[in-house]
Amino acid sequence: MDLLNEIFVAPFVLIGELPDLFVQTIWEGFVAGILYALIALGFVLIFKASGVFNFAQGIMVVFAALTLVGLHALGIPAWIALFLTIGVMALLAMGIERVVLRPLVGQHDAILLMATIGLTLFLKGAGESIFGGEPKTMITTELGLPTGVTDLEMFGGLVSLQHLDIAAVVIATVMVIALAIFFSKTRIGRALRAVADDHQAALSVGISLNQIWAIVWFAAGVVALVTGIMWGARSDVSFALEVIALKALAVLILGGFTSIPGAIVGGLIIGIGEKIFEVYWGGLFGGGVEAWFAYMLALIFLLFRPQGLFGEKIIERV
Amino acid sequence: MFYREAGQFKTNYKADQAIFPILQDKIGLGVILVIAAVIIPFFGNDFFINSIMIPFLIFSLAAIGLNILTGYCGQLSLGTGAFMGVGAYSCYKLVTIFPDVNILIHVLLSGFFAAIVGCVFGLPSLRIKGLYLAITTLAAQFFLEWAFIRVAWLYNYNDSGAIEVPTKTAFGIAVTGASATPMTRYFVVLGIVVALTWVASNVIRGRIGRSWMMIRDMDIAAELMGIKPLNAKLSAFAMSSYYCGVAGALMVFMWLGAAEVESFNINVSFQVLFMVIIGGMGSLIGCFMGAALIFILPIVIRSAPEIVGLNIGAATAEHITQLIIGSLIILFLIVEPHGLARMWQIGKEKLRNWPFPYG
Repeated sequence: MDLLNEIFVAPFVLIGELPDLFVQTIWEGFVAGILYALIALGFVLIFKASGVFNFAQGIMVVFAALTLVGLHALGIPAWIALFLTIGVMALLAMGIERVVLRPLVGQHDAILLMATIGLTLFLKGAGESIFGGEPKTMITTELGLPTGVTDLEMFGGLVSLQHLDIAAVVIATVMVIALAIFFSKTRIGRALRAVADDHQAALSVGISLNQIWAIVWFAAGVVALVTGIMWGARSDVSFALEVIALKALAVLILGGFTSIPGAIVGGLIIGIGEKIFEVYWGGLFGGGVEAWFAYMLALIFLLFRPQGLFGEKIIERV
Repeated sequence: MFYREAGQFKTNYKADQAIFPILQDKIGLGVILVIAAVIIPFFGNDFFINSIMIPFLIFSLAAIGLNILTGYCGQLSLGTGAFMGVGAYSCYKLVTIFPDVNILIHVLLSGFFAAIVGCVFGLPSLRIKGLYLAITTLAAQFFLEWAFIRVAWLYNYNDSGAIEVPTKTAFGIAVTGASATPMTRYFVVLGIVVALTWVASNVIRGRIGRSWMMIRDMDIAAELMGIKPLNAKLSAFAMSSYYCGVAGALMVFMWLGAAEVESFNINVSFQVLFMVIIGGMGSLIGCFMGAALIFILPIVIRSAPEIVGLNIGAATAEHITQLIIGSLIILFLIVEPHGLARMWQIGKEKLRNWPFPYG
């Protein structure tokens, strides 16, 4: 009886008694979800265009953030460092396309996945060798990101919103809209969608696959940089982020591998879901459930809808 | 020239179906076993046996486990570390509950608990495959890691949260714990690994193994030919997890002596996966080659600068190791996606034809 009460009654009573805590929890989850969504967005961009499941997206986030912080530590002004980092990501994208993807074209999915796992190790080793393994502080104020807290009075309590979090939400929204416009209105964007639809048909109308892949990895690199700045500002820039980035995989299952709206909605569901579950039901399991909630949700989801919320239905022909 | 099977006639079915039908392979295997069982214990010092040979054998066993699942049955898994943990923790609990039973029996039994857990987390494989499955095995990894921390019963409610191996004897000789000599532990590990490898090679050649390979190559065709995917996939998960579980139990009881949850984290899963990729998917000998390369290479890289006279810190060496292994994996996938085992096969073919380019 106690157990049933703990599961079905007590959490809702708590929500009713302290609505401000509930709103705060949702907000925290919302911001975390935006960041999961951004990492997942990087995955989706690459998966759509090249069918490569880019395991290295998480480490690209860390690498981009480290490069930015490292360049700034050399005495380069923040904004110039930002543009230099974008340049580094472009070089990285071209390098990956030339050295890793081009020789492996046409290989089995699993081989490509493992190549990106190798890439993960490589980037991790390179990042640690160049910038050192210790956690670093993100140059938040130098980039002009707001800091501070706004307390909203709500339901007889206080809900505190970090300005940084608000900025993260705004920037993420702007970026997603920009990407959407890029995909639907520009020549390169249309070429990207063509490649995503059908490689061979795209080739036959004169779209260069190699070029498109470099561009799409660059786009994923820029998304990674933005994610890195946001996440780095919330905690710090360290390789611990890598494990958090794995949660984006669960987001992908929820949203579908090929859907940008899916990545965003999936990210928000996982972010909010795990915070609420941790706060209201975590006690039942002894806490720390955030570590696996996302994957379990994905696992359950897979049993009922393997293609995800917005993914294309998987049809296999013999 | 060196590898000619000419003149080795098979006169009955049994001889034709032997694991090593060719005389040279039999000699080769004999030489390897003699080196492993006589020469290494005789000439190797304690450091070499304890820090290189024992973990190498244990990781080879784990790699065989993962290879059964990924290489033979085609189901990608990222939860190897957690399944090894299940083996280790269940062996620890078995030793606590039944202290009088022979430790070797506990080690072999603990794999069954891992097999049960593996089957549970293998259930989604009936509906999904490939990358999706890889992600669900991540669920196993993180959930089990969490359970190893939060379920205090698993480590007997001790304060450190770690499992520590008591001294246990088998047939009057201390096998585990502080008083067991590296030599004894080496022989135990060697015995178990050789025996389980032999079992694996036979299962893979048999009906079950062939059904795994059919599922891997084309599941729909396999189903049409009467292979039940449920049986094939779950048996692959069970056997794979059994091997990983035994490897985990051996890792704690014969090598580390004490373990916490960090010993079974996601990096272990990746490490074993790399062994399988570099060694060669769908090859038993590749597991040993991959384990040797992935496990021993970092040790070489760590000690190489000292031999040359350079002094680089431990952290730098670690970073460089990652860099090199990462590049090696990519290089391997580009040059030879089938791994070291395939290279070994090509080498054998070259030896056979030498001095002519073609046979």
